[in-house]
Amino acid sequence: MTRLSTGGLIDRSRTLSFTFDGVAYTGHPGDTLASALLANGVRLVGRSFKYHRPRGIFTCGSEEPNALVELRTGARKEPNTRATTVELFDGLVAQSQNRWPSLEHDALSVNQWLTPFLGAGFYYKTFMWPASFWEKVYEPTIRRAAGLGAASELVDPDTYEKAFAFCDVLVIGSGATGLAAALAAARSGARVILADEDFRLGGRLLTENVAIDGAPARDFVARAEAELSSLPNVRLMPRTTVFGAYDGSEYACVERVSDHVAVPAAFQPRQRLWRIIAKRAILATGAFDRPIVFPGNDRPGVMTAQALATYAQRFGVGAGANAAVFTNNDAGVAAALAAANAGLTLEAVIDVRDALPSPLAAKAKALGVRVITGGEVIATKGKRLSAITVRTKSGTQTLAVEALGISGGATPNLNLTCHLGGKPVYREDIAAFVPGAVPPGMSCAGAVAGQFSLSDCLNAGTEQGAAAAADAGFARAAAPAPKAEETPTGIRAFWQVKAKGDLAFVDLQNDVSAKDVGIAHKEGFRAVELLKRYTTMGMATDQGKNSNMAGLALMAELTGQGIAATGTTVFRPPYTPVALGVLAGHHREKDFRPTRPTPTHAWAEGQGAVFVETGFWLRAAYFPKPGEKDWLESVNREVKATRESVGVIDVSTFGKIDLQGPDVGTFLDRVYINMFSTLQVGKARYGVMLREDGLVMDDGTTARLADTHYVMTTTTANAGKVFQHLEFCLQVLWPELDVQLASISEQWAQIAVSGPRSREVLAKLVDGHDVSNAGLPFMGVAQTTVLGGIEARIFRLSFSGELGYEIAVPARQGERLMETIMEAGRPFGITPYGTETLGVLRIEKGHVSGSELNGQTTARDLGLGRMASTKKDYIGRVLSQRPAFQDPARPIFVGFKPVDKAQRLRAGAHLLTVGAQATTHNDEGYVTSVAYSPTLGHFIGLGFLKRGLERIGEQVRAYDPVRGSDILVEVCSPAFVDPEGEKQRV
Amino acid sequence: MRIPCPYCGSRDAHEFAYLGDATLTRPDPAASDAAEAFHAYAYLRENPEGAHREYWYHANGCRRWLVVTRNTRTHEILGVAFARPSTDEVPA
Repeated sequence: MTRLSTGGLIDRSRTLSFTFDGVAYTGHPGDTLASALLANGVRLVGRSFKYHRPRGIFTCGSEEPNALVELRTGARKEPNTRATTVELFDGLVAQSQNRWPSLEHDALSVNQWLTPFLGAGFYYKTFMWPASFWEKVYEPTIRRAAGLGAASELVDPDTYEKAFAFCDVLVIGSGATGLAAALAAARSGARVILADEDFRLGGRLLTENVAIDGAPARDFVARAEAELSSLPNVRLMPRTTVFGAYDGSEYACVERVSDHVAVPAAFQPRQRLWRIIAKRAILATGAFDRPIVFPGNDRPGVMTAQALATYAQRFGVGAGANAAVFTNNDAGVAAALAAANAGLTLEAVIDVRDALPSPLAAKAKALGVRVITGGEVIATKGKRLSAITVRTKSGTQTLAVEALGISGGATPNLNLTCHLGGKPVYREDIAAFVPGAVPPGMSCAGAVAGQFSLSDCLNAGTEQGAAAAADAGFARAAAPAPKAEETPTGIRAFWQVKAKGDLAFVDLQNDVSAKDVGIAHKEGFRAVELLKRYTTMGMATDQGKNSNMAGLALMAELTGQGIAATGTTVFRPPYTPVALGVLAGHHREKDFRPTRPTPTHAWAEGQGAVFVETGFWLRAAYFPKPGEKDWLESVNREVKATRESVGVIDVSTFGKIDLQGPDVGTFLDRVYINMFSTLQVGKARYGVMLREDGLVMDDGTTARLADTHYVMTTTTANAGKVFQHLEFCLQVLWPELDVQLASISEQWAQIAVSGPRSREVLAKLVDGHDVSNAGLPFMGVAQTTVLGGIEARIFRLSFSGELGYEIAVPARQGERLMETIMEAGRPFGITPYGTETLGVLRIEKGHVSGSELNGQTTARDLGLGRMASTKKDYIGRVLSQRPAFQDPARPIFVGFKPVDKAQRLRAGAHLLTVGAQATTHNDEGYVTSVAYSPTLGHFIGLGFLKRGLERIGEQVRAYDPVRGSDILVEVCSPAFVDPEGEKQRV
Repeated sequence: MRIPCPYCGSRDAHEFAYLGDATLTRPDPAASDAAEAFHAYAYLRENPEGAHREYWYHANGCRRWLVVTRNTRTHEILGVAFARPSTDEVPA
């Protein structure tokens, strides 16, 4: 056990049980998985990506490169989870990754002996020949060897939410700067959101032995948190990572609502995606403690000095039985002393500088800490760190230590400043990049802005918080900044120990060593973006938070052009990995997708209908009867009944648009290719609408109910698109037209009754209206009442080719109408049918539908060219006349029937001249719709064929390699049934 | 991205449908060069850097077509107006 005897922000009175690789351990509330593992003496937690070297816990935050574990089991299993950010809970189960058969004895650690062959670019160099080996041998082998965790393949049992929040000031980060900023802004009355990825506010104040306003820093944190919690204008958001800055002062965040419990509480999501719209944002994300590159700097036990201090101070854990710290800066020394203060046995502080500033030297002396100045760590030993070798001017010495804290200086955590294109700027004096241009409305305060001293952080936070609130329109509060001692921030830029020996790692997560940077340089991949891609440095879950600085510093030294000119790679969202589940939120399966039942849905259910989704609509597909062996048998029965007697279908899903105003006729003339201003009141007409590029957009019938009142129908799929298009035409193209539009798709139920007996059925429904051929002729419209006083619009239309009527009533009367129709049709054996039969009827009749109106066809292609008026302009007219659309070789709408009537046609088949090779060049068209025609007793198809109309009677090949079908078909007229259209006019 | 709809107020860009260049005018279909003019109208687009006027439709809101002036470099919204201006659009 390496839990220190006292201290730490943990609740020692309570014990939490967890397992790692099947071994049971305990920790306390307040622990992370990482601190609990260290407390139990578990230092080896993973194997490295490429070389399978033993690795331990390297940091105490989300920048962790090594300690990636598979968390939880079963459907909740989460690969590649950073042990350093996992809040310990009772019953937690974690597994190490990328090792076989065990973490202790990893068979693939032999990769270490292959190290010379696995350097930068080894993929490109090693596995080139033979080419056929890549897919079958090399790639699977490499993937197995260089794997990370495995995802669960089960359905995620948890839910995820999305939410919006609005505030005046968003403070990102709750360290000294963030707390000061939030207090200053909140005291002025501004709406403040304070977000921090940690589960506890305070940031580095939880680790430092410093006083604020004369009291320990932790007391300041507690007071600030209490005050902020008490204010109604403040929302504290711990466990919330702001992972992206976007346009319009919008910040994307993930709140880990239930990650710290085994199973989310009832009705609680696992995580919540926040989009915070902030008038102003203050970035107070602090800085990372960065590593130094030296041989063997990856052994379990080596970690950042900040992590060493944090485990000791915040978690009461010694990262080893004893430790040393290797640094080049004052904060590194301070971290070492903080760890020692917490009770960690500190053997030495090794500083590359020749002397420490006197206050630090005095503190070290007071604590009895040995300081080795002018020293460098040149080697390490042990599968788990057991010793380090230190070189000074006077020679080398070995220190037996189990932990080594390293600190190469502070790297401001400025990722979010780059998300809208800002480029960091290098400051020689602090050996760090600081934010350049920042997103509009954002300001940076504290360590992220290169202000590393605690008093500077508190002053900057207070000032920026007040300024942000003032920008948002609030009067500045008069409270002064909290007072703290000046903490030393000296540094001597130092990146790499020059020593021979073991690999010296730049990027632990991707196993990129100093040598690989050298290879990249030698081979010309010198720009940082190329360096990243060639060596993979800075990729994967940590995105180079630890490694980028050292990597580019090494490259800068090799090229001799300096760090400022070398620059950094571009930081993009997300700041840390974000689960796809939370981005999807509730948008999975049927959640948040409305189901639109038709007005007769309940009735259709009662009839045993099988439903199909068309967009959001649920429509009856067919109505099976007992004893029918498959859908085709049901559909054949429905088709025959409709053609021979009468059938009925709910067609309420068609888009319906009400148009009123003196200029509706003119308007319709401009949006349809045919004339509507001349349509008589009480008549309907089929219309075709083009896009401005001359291709067909939609079709449907439009009826004139009164002089200034029309009602349009659109296809089900295009209802929204057509409405938007009509609004564009009215609001943008012809604002002078006096027309009002309203969608009435949901207000009216519409039921089609089709078949030779349909008039007899209708006669029983109407309240005395004359429905004879003279009283309600083909394409006629009646506004009347049915079923004893229900308002109704009756359209004599026919999609099936039979005598037919569409009866529209207010939606709530739809079910009653359907039941009455069924009752009235009983003597004729009235048969309900669904979308399948609807399709068969229209294909037999050669009517076009969605498969033909596919966005690539013109009215001429569809055989509807003659409808186009030559007396007026309309949308799409000019471009529909361009030469390419008039080309007689363009595929044109025709029908097909198999030469061998027993064969099945397939939609999607391509058409080839018999004997021609099946190549794209020889492609002459395609089949769009097919159906089995019970009327004809064989399959029929519709489609487009080059010069199709001239080729009626010719045999062509319908070639469908996708489904493995290749049959001969005969080209024919698309109207298979009643080509003269007599049945609908009787 | 947020769009300040003159009718509904500041709204998330997801509520809007984008159409594109609002500087184009539908050509005169009767003009002698109508074919060329419509070709340009349907297909040819400038890709300006900086301020650009474009059509957005508040599909999940007031259903008004808007002309949004947007900086294509920064996505800053510089101005929003109804495509069909009218005095009675905004309720008192």
